[in-house]
Amino acid sequence: MSASRPAHAGQKPRDRGRDSLAARVVPPVTVFIVVALVAELLIRLLHVPEYLLPLPSKVFSTMAARRHELAVSLWTTAKAALIGFGASAILGMLAAIVLSSSRLVRRAIYPYTIFFQTVPLVAVAPLLIIWFDPGLQSVSMSAFIVSVFPVIANTLDGLLSTDPALVDLFHLYRAGPIARLWKLRLPAAVPQIITGLRVASGLAVIGTVVGEFLVGTLGTSEGLGVKIYGAVKYGNLDIVFASVLAASLLGLVLFAAVGGLGRLLLRHWHASQRAQ
Amino acid sequence: MPGSISHSAPVGIRISGVARVFGGSVRALDGIDLTVPAGQFLAILGPSGCGKSTLLRLIAGLDGPDSGTIELDDAVPREPVESTAHDHAPISYVFQDAQLLPWRTVLRNVELPLELAGRNRTARRELARAALHRVGLGDAVDRYPAQLSGGMKMRVSLARALVTRPRLLLLDEPFAALDEITRQKLDDQLRDLWRAMGLTVVFVTHSTIEAAFLAQRAIVMSPRPGRIVLDTPIALPIERGNAIRSTAEFAAAGRLLYAALEQGESAAEARP
Repeated sequence: MSASRPAHAGQKPRDRGRDSLAARVVPPVTVFIVVALVAELLIRLLHVPEYLLPLPSKVFSTMAARRHELAVSLWTTAKAALIGFGASAILGMLAAIVLSSSRLVRRAIYPYTIFFQTVPLVAVAPLLIIWFDPGLQSVSMSAFIVSVFPVIANTLDGLLSTDPALVDLFHLYRAGPIARLWKLRLPAAVPQIITGLRVASGLAVIGTVVGEFLVGTLGTSEGLGVKIYGAVKYGNLDIVFASVLAASLLGLVLFAAVGGLGRLLLRHWHASQRAQ
Repeated sequence: MPGSISHSAPVGIRISGVARVFGGSVRALDGIDLTVPAGQFLAILGPSGCGKSTLLRLIAGLDGPDSGTIELDDAVPREPVESTAHDHAPISYVFQDAQLLPWRTVLRNVELPLELAGRNRTARRELARAALHRVGLGDAVDRYPAQLSGGMKMRVSLARALVTRPRLLLLDEPFAALDEITRQKLDDQLRDLWRAMGLTVVFVTHSTIEAAFLAQRAIVMSPRPGRIVLDTPIALPIERGNAIRSTAEFAAAGRLLYAALEQGESAAEARP
């Protein structure tokens, strides 16, 4: 995608960034395999004991052997992450819309949204367990708390940076506040909203696993965090690594889904979606 | 539809004693008196910072003067557009950049003003297609702005301005960013549209050549504070093909405007 590439007649500019799936998947998978092989080799050569670092081959065989158990955990974690992320997306955007309505509202309320940015989850988690059912509810709540702020901040940024000339245009045609929001400010904010959701997708998975880790003591969830908690206690690092890989996979899928949504929504805009 | 006939007539503008001050001390406009008869093509010419865009925004009602008055021929333009009575938003505005919505197709961009006025889909599709046809983009309706050249984007912007059948068309250096040939084509097209549609046009530019080619009358403004230093008719025939650009009369009109521009600039520099 060099900038100086000549434009060919009939080739739409947006096609340039759309490589085949293979072209996008092969490089990172290659890196993964290489890193795993190097780790395998080093651990064997340096005789690193298994209670410090398990062999990648051992991790993969554990994953294969415990695939059903891991799948159940992954699904439990995925549900909580999706609920938390979904709540962040919807409530975050709504909060941003409210905040964008007036400077006074923004001054009065925005500082309190920083709470979500800075809250030490470890400190709040016991409250979540007291207030909510210590399974899916408190875990998705934890995912929500950790992931909502970037949605609010980015959406608000997008809603407040509408091109003034377009605002004038809507003013000239006497568009009401609802029309301005739906037909101008919200669609114009889509690039920033996608950025917010992308950050939130990763944070939601982190929030879920950490939440599970903390409520895991109660043994009321089967999520990956609980699995990690239990495995660490017994020194089963292969299970820990297998669970971490599964959680990463979940984060990757969520991140890619948001990216796909962004490409879909922004496919007719120009450079923005090709830059990634 | 009572009154719909008068709505399609062009509208005149009366500006008296208008001043606009920004930030308490920057006098963008000062003592502006200007009457634009209905149906006239007026060019406002001036260097950057002379307040010509500010004046245009005041006429559009996007900004208010600090003193003085701006009146349009009748009260209609300040009223909300009735959603059912007619599609004539009285004022249309074309910005320096095309200012299209990138998530909408060309057709849906042109439909926008009618959509905001509450017109039904069938009617607005039809009117938008007609407006696009008028600017020569009848076959680009399903494209997106990112797929268009600068000149095509500007024509979509023009179609969007015309789709409401405005009585007053305000343009703020609309073709300034385009290459010379595209600009001349669009100048041609704009003049044809003005003659065919019976509009009042106020066209802001910093190009003496563009002003001389387009307008029936030109005013030249000086910067800081923005004042009118010359108000002159452009005495060229109503039929202005490309050939007119090489006539002595055209060159004379351009020289006259250029001299006024220069004089306005040096007067501004002489002021402390």
